[in-house]
Amino acid sequence: MNRTTYPSPYADREHHAVANHLGMWTFLATEILFFGGVFACYAVYRYAYPAAFAVGSEHLEFWIGTLNTAVLLTSSLFMAFADLAVKANARDTLRWTLLITWLLGAVFLGLKAHEYYATWREHHVPGVNFHFEGADAPHVELFMFLYFAMTGLHALHMLFGLGAIAWLLWLNHRGKLGAEHDAPVAMVGLYWHFVDCIWIFLYPLLYLVR
Amino acid sequence: MTRAMTHSIKATAAPTKKTYVANYLALMVLLAATALASKANLGSLQTPAALTIAAAKTALVFLFFMQLWFQRGLIRVFAVAGFFWLAIIGILMFCDYLTRGWLLG
Repeated sequence: MNRTTYPSPYADREHHAVANHLGMWTFLATEILFFGGVFACYAVYRYAYPAAFAVGSEHLEFWIGTLNTAVLLTSSLFMAFADLAVKANARDTLRWTLLITWLLGAVFLGLKAHEYYATWREHHVPGVNFHFEGADAPHVELFMFLYFAMTGLHALHMLFGLGAIAWLLWLNHRGKLGAEHDAPVAMVGLYWHFVDCIWIFLYPLLYLVR
Repeated sequence: MTRAMTHSIKATAAPTKKTYVANYLALMVLLAATALASKANLGSLQTPAALTIAAAKTALVFLFFMQLWFQRGLIRVFAVAGFFWLAIIGILMFCDYLTRGWLLG
C-alpha cells in the first residue's frame, strides 16, 4: 500500500519548535483562565468574609504547605535538567532526572493525601463531615470547600503530569527521545512548570491567610 | 521562508545548568521570604506582600524554567495573553462586587 506523503508545513526544525511552543502556550492560556475562574470565586468570598478565611487557614498545616512548595520547586529544577539532557542526547541523565521529577511529584501528592486525611479526622471536610465550634462556621466551611476545590483541581493536574512523565520515561526507554526528538520533553516540561505556578499562588492564598 | 523570518523565530540563546540552579536558589529564597513574612505582623500589607512574592516566583518560573527569557516576542505575547484576559475578568468582576454597597447605601 502506498502512503501519500505531504510536504511538511515547517521550513526547518526551529520553525517546528516555535509552532509547538505557540500551541502549548495557547493551551496554557486556557488553563490560566480555567484556574482563573476558581481564583476569582476565591477572591470574591475572601473579600466578603476575611475573618472566616483567616480562621480556616489557621487550621491547615503550615509546614505541609511550605514543604510541598519546596518539593514542587525542586521537581521543576529536575524537569529543567531533563530538558537539557534530552537536548544533549544524554539518555541516562534524562532517565534519572525524569525519575526524580516523578518521585518528587509523588511525594507532593503523598503529603497532600496525608493532609486530606487529617482534615477528615478533624471533621473539617465541607458537606460530608464538617463540624466547627467557632464563630461563623458556615463561612469557614466555605473556605474549606474552596480549599478542596482548588487543591483537588491542582492535584488532578499533578496526576496528569505524573502520567505524562511516565510516558516520557517509556519513550526514553524505547530510545525515541533525543536532540532531534526533544518536543515531548519540552512540552511536558512547560505543563509541569505551569502546574507548579498554580501551587505557588495556592500556597499563600490557602495557607498564609492572616 | 525569508531570512528575516527565520531570524525572527530563532531563540536568542539557550539556558544552561547554571541558569537553572541560580533560578532555583532564587525561588527558594523567595519561598523562605514568604514563609517568614507570614509569621511577621505586617498588618494590611500581609496579603499584598504574599501575592507580590508569588508573582515574582511565577515570573522566575515563566522566564527561566519555561524559557520565555530565551524566546522570541511572538511566544512571549501568547504567554502574556492568558493573564491579559484574566485581568479583564478580575477588573470587571470587582467593578461589580466593590461597588454594590454604593447603591444599597
